[in-house]
Amino acid sequence: MTTTARREDTKPARKLPWILEMYRSDVAKKWIMAVSGVILLGYIAAHMLGNMKLYFGAEEINHYGESLRDLGGDLVPRTHLLWIMRIGLTAAFAVHIHAAYSLTRKNLQARGRVRYDEPRQYLAANYASRTMRWSGVIVLLFVVFHLADLTWGWFSDDWVRGDVYANVYNSMDAWPIALIYIAANVALAMHIFHGAWSMFQTLGINNPRYNNARKNFARGIAGLILIGNLSFPLAVQGGLVDLDGHTPGQYNLEYGE
Amino acid sequence: MSKMLNLKLKIWRQNGPHAQGSFLEVDAHDIPEDASFLEMLDVVNERLIADDVEPVTFGHDCREGICGTCGVMINGQAHGPEKGTATCQLHMRKFNDGDEIVIEPWQATSFPILKDLMVDRRAFDRIVEAGGYISAPTGTAPDANEIPIPKEVADTSMDAAACIGCGACVAACPNSAAQLFTSAKLHHLNTLPQGQPERWKRTEAMVETMEDFFGSCTNHGECHEACPKEISLDFIAFMNKDYVKSKIKNRSLASKR
Repeated sequence: MTTTARREDTKPARKLPWILEMYRSDVAKKWIMAVSGVILLGYIAAHMLGNMKLYFGAEEINHYGESLRDLGGDLVPRTHLLWIMRIGLTAAFAVHIHAAYSLTRKNLQARGRVRYDEPRQYLAANYASRTMRWSGVIVLLFVVFHLADLTWGWFSDDWVRGDVYANVYNSMDAWPIALIYIAANVALAMHIFHGAWSMFQTLGINNPRYNNARKNFARGIAGLILIGNLSFPLAVQGGLVDLDGHTPGQYNLEYGE
Repeated sequence: MSKMLNLKLKIWRQNGPHAQGSFLEVDAHDIPEDASFLEMLDVVNERLIADDVEPVTFGHDCREGICGTCGVMINGQAHGPEKGTATCQLHMRKFNDGDEIVIEPWQATSFPILKDLMVDRRAFDRIVEAGGYISAPTGTAPDANEIPIPKEVADTSMDAAACIGCGACVAACPNSAAQLFTSAKLHHLNTLPQGQPERWKRTEAMVETMEDFFGSCTNHGECHEACPKEISLDFIAFMNKDYVKSKIKNRSLASKR
């Protein structure tokens, strides 16, 4: 009989707080990944819906962007609630990535060097599920790019804080940038397609009554987010969103810090 | 008189866990289409012995699909192309004359190759040892039907208990995860009244033992497709739910401070 080093043998003498103790397990890591995924998915959906204001004109979307800083109204100091949300999102993003990274390493180790000669015949795994790691990395790189592009304005001299409308137009008017947005959002939609189904399994939300609806939910939410997010670069490229009659910087003065 | 097949076989040969392996290419001529896959290997081995070549080692026992010993990778599919069928129950009539068949052992770090197509699946025994049992007090056997069990519960428990522990789920999984096996063993006992007293302890122990050996689930669903007993992915969701529930409950810590 072989003996193996069990988890107990390697446990520190002093126990970690229970949530960290739990995080040592893969099943719990997946659970935390699913919970953080739900938070991120909710954000992505809200972000896409909010950006629809782009189609109502510069006034609407710039006002929307500014009112995000006023979230909480008079109850909290200006931008505080926004910062709490930003910190929460960053934490969810970080924990999602850390869990993915450590599970991926563990999985590759468990698989070992694949010796199969015959290529695997996948029966259930689809392109989205097999490329989660890649689509995840693409989304991470894209988020950094997207923040640099439209939140920090690193890439353009025309970038004006608060003039969301013009910033979006100036960014996505260049076709290479539009292409980056399109490619990244296709990757994002694939990631969401597998993730949105997967989270039900991981959280143990399973009931024969609605099990079929889970796949349809994943299809629907991934499809909606894909269509919504792709519409922005396509609308700018197609001329639906343009700067006719827009005075650069005018909104900056009105809504500035 | 049954039809005869002429096949080209590529069989993995390896002397031990750390030996360098290679493919043996054999022309298997005149194989009756009514032969089972293992009978075909028997015929090939008889011929190898006659030619003074060491026969190919493969695991087999009951040859009626209930012992779980015989799994091999056939053309990149665990237990071959027939759904819900173990290698021993797969018949040569599922192949065509002139086919090339690639036969490989299970792939996973925790399933080291003993010889040729036979792998060491004792990691599964460690998982079952950790909690795949109920503790019954000694004494006279309880009367039949003393514990009422709803029909649905008995059925779902039996569906899980159908798992023969062959390891196809691990071999089919891109992460070499043993979630389908472990969740079947858990569901089998966790749904029955007799399994309740040790339910949470069992779930934690078996999941954590599983994680000592195998990868984590990424919800591809390949395991279910490969499973000769068609064990449902639903059991994985139930296991995830029970594990996190048990961790959060922390019952064992109550009144300890």
